[in-house]
Amino acid sequence: MCGIVGLFLKDQSLAPQLGNMLTDMLITMTDRGPDSAGIAIYGAESAGKTKITVQSPNPDTDFVGLADELGKKLGATVGQTSNDTHTVLEVPAGQFEAARAALAEIRPSVRIMSRGESLEIYKEVGLPKDVADRFNLNGMSGTHGIGHTRMATESAVTTMGAHPFNTGPDQCLVHNGSLSNHNSLRRKLRREGVVIQTENDTEVGAAYLTWKMMNGATLGEALETSIDDLDGFFTFVVGTKDGFGVVRDPIACKPAVMAETDQYVAFGSEYRALVNLPGIEDARVWEPEPSTVYFWSHNDSPTTHEKAA
Amino acid sequence: MQTYDLEADGLRGLNSSLQAQNAETNQTRWEIVNPKGSHAIAVGLDAPIEVTVKGSTGYYCAGMNQQATIKVEGSVGPGVAENMMSGQVVVDGDASQYAGATGHGGLLVIKGNASSRCGISMKGIDIVVHGNIGHMSAFMAQDGNLVVCGDAGDALGDSLYEARLFVRGSVKSLGADCIEKDMRPEHLDILRDLLARAGSDAKPEEFKRYGSARQLYNFDVDNAAAY
Repeated sequence: MCGIVGLFLKDQSLAPQLGNMLTDMLITMTDRGPDSAGIAIYGAESAGKTKITVQSPNPDTDFVGLADELGKKLGATVGQTSNDTHTVLEVPAGQFEAARAALAEIRPSVRIMSRGESLEIYKEVGLPKDVADRFNLNGMSGTHGIGHTRMATESAVTTMGAHPFNTGPDQCLVHNGSLSNHNSLRRKLRREGVVIQTENDTEVGAAYLTWKMMNGATLGEALETSIDDLDGFFTFVVGTKDGFGVVRDPIACKPAVMAETDQYVAFGSEYRALVNLPGIEDARVWEPEPSTVYFWSHNDSPTTHEKAA
Repeated sequence: MQTYDLEADGLRGLNSSLQAQNAETNQTRWEIVNPKGSHAIAVGLDAPIEVTVKGSTGYYCAGMNQQATIKVEGSVGPGVAENMMSGQVVVDGDASQYAGATGHGGLLVIKGNASSRCGISMKGIDIVVHGNIGHMSAFMAQDGNLVVCGDAGDALGDSLYEARLFVRGSVKSLGADCIEKDMRPEHLDILRDLLARAGSDAKPEEFKRYGSARQLYNFDVDNAAAY
């Protein structure tokens, strides 16, 4: 069992309250996932920069002077904003691979949580309330975000086993359920050169989407084929720079509730997670259908990702 | 009328108060405010009382009901009226998966849609859904009636025993051993009564009846190769 929450704002005047609303939703889902919690938030972007969110078990030593050392390696100015065990590094666009290689050299114990122009991922082991407090999630603003509370069934309770998972630039995935073919799929994906760091089933799901997209599929197409290629139970919520999507397996035993108003589209594993949202009494509330990809985008003219969905 | 604020006074207090009622009680009407999607609201009741829930609920609302009439002015999560024995449960909105599962008796009315596995393993309950139902509904159903005024999803009535299924709209697919059957006068009578009690103006003649082909009751040696 796990809990998923998601909030996609149509009315940008709510952006300063995004973190606050998501935190409330996340904490309500503690019963479904007290092991660990995480949030992916799409906030401000700076022109020409890529944000790399990294985590360290030793932030007091690892994060000191990190921007300067990474900057020297890259021959560029690197920005750094630390937040507890995470720090967000801003490197020039196009320098992500160089930065990843440099980080492995200068800070081997640092783990990359996410990369993208606006995406930041924060996740740790512990009660959702404690995780939210340590990162001050309720103070964060953004256009949309996804949160997850984990009750581990398939692999160890660790930071790297927590959700969301980063699947590509500005893309993330959270999962409620369990995949039963993750071992064979992990072997296959590793042979294809995809980096998979843990024994976690959801990471394989995320890597599967990354691999499909590396081979030319849009996110929508990758989600469509996931229904056939992933064996097991899943409700997935995915985030992209412009929007977020939902897909459930054909059995659809993992719960999902959605609500839409003029101001937002919201997702919750249970209706309880949605009850404090503004105007929820008059929202259109429904359960997403099995084997159906849903997508909402901020762009009036959808990108190719959204078209396919 | 007794009014109970679930947010202020808690779930255990609510259910123990409702469960303490008996046939002689003079507290026959209850209203529950601020349900806020909570689980297990009004479960295990066994008295002829009327309970109205003012809003949407979570899992297992009105489970194991006997005698009571429970009305939800909102939508319900998974497992509404699970294992109901008697009485009536009315949901104004939608119901999530396995509504009325394993129910032995009573009437469950869902005025919106019900999702997957509606009436799974039903054993005598009557269920009337004004809207549509999802896949694998009435799986292994044993007795009772499932009435669907809208459409049914995939694998309706898979491995069905003896329940009667009535669908007005389309059926995406029938499950193993579930077939369409003739609508006889006695079935129209059953439907007319259920639709009236459920507040639906649908006409019994608009429905088709589905039931068990009874081919799975006994092992057939010709199927041995399939195992």
